[in-house]
Amino acid sequence: MRDTNSMRKRIARAKRADSAMTGVFYSVGGFFLLLLLVLAGYIISKGLIDFYPELLTFTRQGIGNQFFNTVYLVFLSLVISVPLGVAAGIYMAEYAKQGKVTAFLQVCIESLSSLPSIVVGLFGYLVFILMTGATWNLMAGALAVSILSLPLITTTTKDALISLPKGYKEGSMALGATHWRTITKVLLPACLPRIITGVILAAGRGFGEAAALLYTAGQSTNINWSNWDITSTTCPLNPFRPGETLSLHIWVMRTEGSLNPNSTAIANFSSAVLIVMVLSFSLLARMLTKRINKRMGGLQ
Amino acid sequence: MTAKDTADKRATEQFARHMSRKGAFGRGLVTACGLFIILLTVSIGVFLIVKGTGTFTKYHHTIWEFLFSADWAPTDTPNEGGGTVGAAIYIVGSLLTCGLALLFVTPFSLAAAIFMTEISPKAGTKIFQPAVEIFVGIPSVVYGWIGLTVLVPFIRDTFHARMGGYSVLAASIVLAVMIFPTITTVAADAIRSVPLDFRRAAYGLGSTRWQVIYRVVVPAASPGIMTGVILGLARAFGEALAVAMVIGKTRAFASSLLSPTNNLTAAIAADMGNSSNGGEQNLALWTMALLLFLISMLFIFLIHLISRKGKEKHA
Repeated sequence: MRDTNSMRKRIARAKRADSAMTGVFYSVGGFFLLLLLVLAGYIISKGLIDFYPELLTFTRQGIGNQFFNTVYLVFLSLVISVPLGVAAGIYMAEYAKQGKVTAFLQVCIESLSSLPSIVVGLFGYLVFILMTGATWNLMAGALAVSILSLPLITTTTKDALISLPKGYKEGSMALGATHWRTITKVLLPACLPRIITGVILAAGRGFGEAAALLYTAGQSTNINWSNWDITSTTCPLNPFRPGETLSLHIWVMRTEGSLNPNSTAIANFSSAVLIVMVLSFSLLARMLTKRINKRMGGLQ
Repeated sequence: MTAKDTADKRATEQFARHMSRKGAFGRGLVTACGLFIILLTVSIGVFLIVKGTGTFTKYHHTIWEFLFSADWAPTDTPNEGGGTVGAAIYIVGSLLTCGLALLFVTPFSLAAAIFMTEISPKAGTKIFQPAVEIFVGIPSVVYGWIGLTVLVPFIRDTFHARMGGYSVLAASIVLAVMIFPTITTVAADAIRSVPLDFRRAAYGLGSTRWQVIYRVVVPAASPGIMTGVILGLARAFGEALAVAMVIGKTRAFASSLLSPTNNLTAAIAADMGNSSNGGEQNLALWTMALLLFLISMLFIFLIHLISRKGKEKHA
């Protein structure tokens, strides 16, 4: 009798603990959703409250130049890292044999992806600025960002190729296509959406990157929008001119606040613009993934 | 065989040769790109080692001094040593902020991961997963800026901290928010991959959901959760600008959570541009970068160790 009683008590205690913990989990989950909403809402509304029309101009009081630099730098970095990353991904998925070299390559990719971005920035500073004798320039920044996005694009390509149904390759090979032709005409087109998703994610990270650009792209920008001589250092399209990006601008506005009376407003608005850009890029990647899943679901 | 047949055969052979040449070229190209990644990684390592060991070889400081002395007064004239390069303040600053951030965030991350996988999987995939992904995407400078404009004044006004709120506490909270999505995603993946049978067996024995979670699911997923924690720690260690904005950058050990200090990444970010190339200060900063590189290698090694152990256990 006593035994059943104590058993009943134990069960009651376990049930109480269960419902208490369920409550804890719900509140933690709710807390984080709330935190994100408040954070995103705060950043965007703060940027809009301090808004003044000159913010949209290409002057010292605006962020037009920094916005252009950011987009241009990410574009340059993708031009470098996408072909390299996709090719390396193809190598890993299709040609690399199991062995020491492949295992080492895998470790290298993991190391690259976990390198602190300030360390990559220093490497870029040493190799692209000091060793070439150049001043801060967009190209050096783009190369540094490429180092950061290379592992992501390589891994995405490799995973996409590996997860394709075997029939794709077998069908193409059975028709007499060479391995290379199978890769370029069948396999790559089939995993293009997934690779694009990876590239969008890499671009999103590039927009927010700052530490790697501190000593490569430089912390100032001087663009003359009527100058289209590409060799001139004030020409917008010259990749070998200093080009401060939006995220770096937030950092610079903090340290040089006394020089610019609008620095807080500029940093607030830059943060809001960055958040909106990152949000739309992650939404885009999400929509693409959804469509791929739907199409793949239809196939199977 | 007619003349046409021979011509056809020759054309086919030619095409096949053309194709195989193209294939060989393509294969060479992608192999070169794969090898390029190895070359890139190795050269980053080599450059860091060459530059970073200069403190010990060129200016004859000991590793002991660099790691454990708090006496930081390197000279900035090229080729003229004689200063001191004790980086203990920066190292302790990094360890302290990252450790605290981990302490703050691990319970929350674990709870969030359990919530999105075990308690409410539907809301988990539909709402929570995208939300966490957005967290990942917020640039670190923006986190730093929020810390500077919200957290620092808050700490100043609530705790009346000296140095106006720039503190270890502010840096740890900023880092904690930054690494939350990393730990949560990896931990959630680990929990999801625990076989369903484990749960069924536990429920069959009459366990409540909480008992299933803390006695069966979390222990089974622990290698994956550890991996998430280490990845989060790696991200926290490498973060530069967000921390630099709120840590106060004073060259002293933190006497309390509310006092400012400095860390490795913030010191590199702030001083590298003002130091003359090859000088004692410059090389000491490179040694710090080398230390960061070695720490991130250590983290990768640990992750491999954990996953190997986990595989052994399952096999």
